[in-house]
Amino acid sequence: MTRFLAITRTEMLILRRNRWLLVATLIMVLFALALTFAGSAPTGTLGVDMLTVSVASMTTLSVYLAPLLALMIAFDAIAGDVDRGSLSLLLSYPAGRGEILLGKFTAHLAALAFAMTIGFGTAGAVAVWFGGAGPESLMALVRLILTSVLLGAVFLALGYLLSALARGATAAAGLSAGLWLIFVVLYDLGLLGAVVMDEGGTFTQSVFPWVMVANPADAFRLWNIAATEGVAMASGMTGAAQALPVWAAPASLLIWPVLGFLLARAAFRRVEP
Amino acid sequence: MTDKALTIDHVCKDRGKTRVLDDVTLSLTPGQRVALLGHNGAGKSTLIKSILGLIPIEGGAIRIGTATPGSAQARRDTAYLPEAVSFHPALTGREQLALFAQLSGSNANVPGLLDRVGLSDALDRRIGTYSKGMRQRLGLAQVLLGQPKVALLDEPTSGLDPISRQDLYAIIDELAAQGTAVLIASHALTEVEARTDRIAIMRKGQMVADDTLNNLSALAGLPIRLRVRASDNADALAAELGGNRINGASVELLCSPEDKMEALRRIAGMGDAVADVEMTPPKLEDLYRHYAQEDLQ
Repeated sequence: MTRFLAITRTEMLILRRNRWLLVATLIMVLFALALTFAGSAPTGTLGVDMLTVSVASMTTLSVYLAPLLALMIAFDAIAGDVDRGSLSLLLSYPAGRGEILLGKFTAHLAALAFAMTIGFGTAGAVAVWFGGAGPESLMALVRLILTSVLLGAVFLALGYLLSALARGATAAAGLSAGLWLIFVVLYDLGLLGAVVMDEGGTFTQSVFPWVMVANPADAFRLWNIAATEGVAMASGMTGAAQALPVWAAPASLLIWPVLGFLLARAAFRRVEP
Repeated sequence: MTDKALTIDHVCKDRGKTRVLDDVTLSLTPGQRVALLGHNGAGKSTLIKSILGLIPIEGGAIRIGTATPGSAQARRDTAYLPEAVSFHPALTGREQLALFAQLSGSNANVPGLLDRVGLSDALDRRIGTYSKGMRQRLGLAQVLLGQPKVALLDEPTSGLDPISRQDLYAIIDELAAQGTAVLIASHALTEVEARTDRIAIMRKGQMVADDTLNNLSALAGLPIRLRVRASDNADALAAELGGNRINGASVELLCSPEDKMEALRRIAGMGDAVADVEMTPPKLEDLYRHYAQEDLQ
């Protein structure tokens, strides 16, 4: 049982040593601060506090950044060890493949959580200092941090899957970039096109919201928006959220990491080092 | 059966349409040191990975003691040194070895082990700064963790300087003395010659030889080489003995092990005409060439 923790400890050491943790945290802080200051203009017109607006902006940021940061660590997790030739040695030890993957996952998720908490937390604190906050907007900030970590978990797991399937770390990096593009950009563009073509028919009414929430990145967005009225107003996205039951987005975002991890473990089992 | 540390029984493995392991049988008793020789692609590494349970086999059976490859028991009982081993460059030698110790559940003395392989000065330096030989030593240190029943060393001498090789073989002897069966896949024939109890030779996925060096020599019927230095007239000596003149003063003749004494008596009978005799039994290299290259038929 302590074996996966040994892997976790080592992976944490690596993330600290190769400055990944520092760089990721800096990126999060800088982007979150920039968005908080840039997005503070509409506070008066909407009648919400500055933290609410800040959370709305940071939600949009996190949709792009959380998957990106997660994939940046995950792509190397298996393919890198295969390339270095150290995987065969690691697998000759009593730790099972599931344990190895779980150990890496735990370390990587902890690192993501650290970067997210510091990044969004700093920006949130600044927003509170300058523009005030209420219990609702503080809740929204906590929700943003937790769901961002979940979204990161999804893409960590999918990154491991690609890392196990790819031939070499370079190929895994390429595949990860493609995956990011599909989930974060192309998927929404495709849906937008379909909605325009459909002109408000049955697809738009009943199918579209479900297809949308099936994408973890969109589920993340919906969850944060639907939960807080102020955030929904600030982001101007309420329609799709109202068409779905409340549990849809959380369910999607909670199922995806588990599903992704199981898929990654299955793919890892087939890797011959 | 159970007194064997490692049993490989009629193992087959296909990769695509090629049969990379073809009916391979080999067994090691505790404390035995066996050299596994063969060309690149002969199937040595594939065999080792099959023993570790890293790749599945199509036919036959492998047992480590009584455990199947890849089982928790088998993983605890085996130690492995991969060919050209490498580790994460960001970790230090101490951290890497501590991880392996935790994974194997041993409470070994990590600095002590690193000292044993001559890495005590580099204990807290990043592996990224290590030379190839130092990485190889670190790999060797993790073989010494716990008390494995079977140690599988894939090209352990690659990248080591001659002094390190002596250290390596001293460590192998130590392992064997504590009862570990050691299988050494190697190209370094001359060193393996003196340092192993048995020699197994693979060719194109088949085990073509598996015996002691002496028995293999007898089986192969390779000639013994006698070099006779004439004190005066090498031509006359060559005519008398029926060998080849190889330089101004020497004659070389080949004879089978049975004829060796007869030839020596003849040479001794020639009295003053012979200044010196040098006898060379077949070397491992000749044997290796004989077994690894002869055409299949």
